[in-house]
Amino acid sequence: MGIDLAQFHEAFFEESFEALESMEAALLKLDIGAPDAEVINTVFRVAHSIKGGAGMFNFADIASFTHTLETLLDGVRAGRTHLTTGVLDLLLKSVDVMRELLRAAQGKASFDPQRVADLQFDLEVAVAKNEPPTAGAPATEAAIEAAAPAAAPAEPHSPLWRISVKPLENMLSRGNEPLALFAALAEHGELRVQAFVDEVPALAAIDPHRCYLRWQLELRSGASEQQIAEAFEWVEGDCDYRITRAGSAAAPAAPAIPAPPPPARPAAKADAAPGASTGDAGSIRVSVGKIDELINTVGEVVITQSMLAQLGALVEGPSAERLRSGLAQLERNVRELHESVMRVRMLPIGFAFSRFPRLVRDVAQRLGKQIELKLTGEQTELDKTVLERIGDPLVHLVRNSIDHGIEKPEERLEAGKPPAGTVHLEAFHRGSAIIIEVSDDGRGLDCDKILAKARSRGLVGPAETPSEEAIFELIFLPGFSTADQATDLSGRGVGMDVVRRNIKSLGGKIDIRSARGRGSRFTISLPLTLAIVDGQSVCVGDETYIVPLVSIVESLQVKASGVNRLSNAGEVISFRGDYLPLLRLHELFGVEPRSRAVHDGLVVVVEGDGQRVGLFVDDLRGQQQVVIKSLETNYGQVPGVSGATILGDGSVALILDVPGLIRSTSRREAA
Amino acid sequence: MNTNPEKTAATEAATHQVLTFVLGEETYGVDILRVQEIRGWSAVTKIPNSPPHVLGVLNLRGSIVPIVDLRKRFNLAQAEYTAVTVIIVLTVRSEAGRRDFGVVVDGVSDVVDVDAAAVKPTPDLGSRAATDHIRGLVSIAERMVVLLDIDRLIGSQIVEPLESDAAAQAA
Repeated sequence: MGIDLAQFHEAFFEESFEALESMEAALLKLDIGAPDAEVINTVFRVAHSIKGGAGMFNFADIASFTHTLETLLDGVRAGRTHLTTGVLDLLLKSVDVMRELLRAAQGKASFDPQRVADLQFDLEVAVAKNEPPTAGAPATEAAIEAAAPAAAPAEPHSPLWRISVKPLENMLSRGNEPLALFAALAEHGELRVQAFVDEVPALAAIDPHRCYLRWQLELRSGASEQQIAEAFEWVEGDCDYRITRAGSAAAPAAPAIPAPPPPARPAAKADAAPGASTGDAGSIRVSVGKIDELINTVGEVVITQSMLAQLGALVEGPSAERLRSGLAQLERNVRELHESVMRVRMLPIGFAFSRFPRLVRDVAQRLGKQIELKLTGEQTELDKTVLERIGDPLVHLVRNSIDHGIEKPEERLEAGKPPAGTVHLEAFHRGSAIIIEVSDDGRGLDCDKILAKARSRGLVGPAETPSEEAIFELIFLPGFSTADQATDLSGRGVGMDVVRRNIKSLGGKIDIRSARGRGSRFTISLPLTLAIVDGQSVCVGDETYIVPLVSIVESLQVKASGVNRLSNAGEVISFRGDYLPLLRLHELFGVEPRSRAVHDGLVVVVEGDGQRVGLFVDDLRGQQQVVIKSLETNYGQVPGVSGATILGDGSVALILDVPGLIRSTSRREAA
Repeated sequence: MNTNPEKTAATEAATHQVLTFVLGEETYGVDILRVQEIRGWSAVTKIPNSPPHVLGVLNLRGSIVPIVDLRKRFNLAQAEYTAVTVIIVLTVRSEAGRRDFGVVVDGVSDVVDVDAAAVKPTPDLGSRAATDHIRGLVSIAERMVVLLDIDRLIGSQIVEPLESDAAAQAA
């Protein structure tokens, strides 16, 4: 049977990456002194399911590596290997290596075979070191499904489990082998199997791909229900099974009630999905494309609805009132529909925060600092695209906080602070924005040092005494660093400018507050979604354009005398003591304006990439939230335009790309 | 329109259905499978600095679709856009993926079955005329129909000049 396995690769990768994330989270939760068996089980299951998948898809590197990892974890689970910081480090490193291997298998990156081999060797050493020579081989092989502590032969007093197994139609065709299942169960103790053949049809009617048998099993074992259910992990969905406890020989429990085994779990449900991280299941995987289609369609419904509302207002007659109330009802429903569809794209920011416990641990270790990381508001939701792009700036800020902000323990003690510094990541909603704050209780920004640096580089004149805010602004300049010595973490001066640029590209902004000796706080404010922008409609001739509100500084009327020509370099206007280039939108876009005289129209002062220009337009219209549509899908990039949107009347308006417009003028001036 | 789906399926290999439309004096044809929809003219939003044959963009059920004037593209005399002017929305496939765009034509004529064997190659008109975008000529009811290869027609005209524009600006 030739099944093309490649079609399942994507799902395997996706699930594996998610599983690795939950594995990493679980490892970080582990308390060295008193490891939680449940957590170790989680980690083991992740390694196991990745190994299984990798084996199935012939990713030999991954399978071999995870096998070694699994052996070590099995040892930890069985208590043969003692969990030390060293072992934990190895496990965390394994997560990294597995990510690399997966990415390499995806064809997206390459991996360093030496590093993998080294780590695999270290893992093997760790296994060998703690493994008593006698207990070695069989347990390793038994890693198939074994819950190690129960692998010992069952004592006669162990409880009796009754398990009924009825394969569904597709169990065999999915490559599940009942015998292997029984073998796995047999490892828990003494197993008796009885097969029922009553459903087997006449020979001629047999479909060789189907399994007609069902079984009744009796397992005498000290294993928990959960451990037994683990054997069914691979056949979940392919067969019906029921595990009941029949009462033990020593203490016959009431047979009718399935006595709850120690870790009281109703069934294997939660464990059956090894990839599922936090949250109460009940989710499905949907491609973003499908969601976008849905959003498009709903957008259309919104437009149709507003068109109907306009028509409805004109209708007269006996049923007009009823029509209007129906339309009002429709409007409410459509608005709700629109909101819930937009929410589908939203994910909790916890996904972006999840990498920090690990990062903070590593960085703190390397710098010899004690850091306590506090995460708040992980459930705050924001758009998937924003979420994906906010990760790197946050990493940068957190690293900065640890490297520059938090002092060494001894320094902190001297300053009368607790030796461990706190880095706090917090997210919450404010209006239609999401606020993410990165704060620390470190030494704060050193205004004098920043100012001295800026003076030495000629950024600030010797006589100037900028305000505190203005000084903080300086650290966002490209190439600015106050670090006396660049470390491999931060201090090279490539950083804060990139952070700010990334945040601006998402339509957000970043502010700093800091108090010497008490710490600093970076506040990032981002739009909830990239699909919607707050815009100001402006018109030029017959055309309407949308200027993103975030880039508008001010709109003003300029007298004819306020415009000066600079020989052949274009026009400038005076604005709050500065001269700004004047861009005539009608000239840039080749549109016939209502008037070419500056005093007849309005100048919108816009800012982008730290530069300000005046945009000359005919008039301002309303402000509104608009849904951003791509022009590139069907057409292509248009200089000075970042996208398009559909207005209430169904017509299309272009959204201006302010930084792009500014760049195009500076290029023109340079030319 | 004499569409007949059953017949299409049966004779797929030998014939295919073509939507014909009129532009000035000439009749053109496009593969019916590439036609998304036919709609009346409505005002478009201009795109700054676009090639002259790109009239602008329209909202087509939520996506932004460029509209091309085939008269300008083929250097024909200009006509007025009226309420009876028709836009045919087509799909092209290029390396960049699927793109939808609309062409403005004088009027849609018919859907006809074209026998693959009846399609004649475009005669060599020398270097005067680019005929890359023409798949062939076919005679239907004694009229010559120019079969268009829309992938070539648009794939090479709406996208590429723009990208080279952008490149020229970046340089």
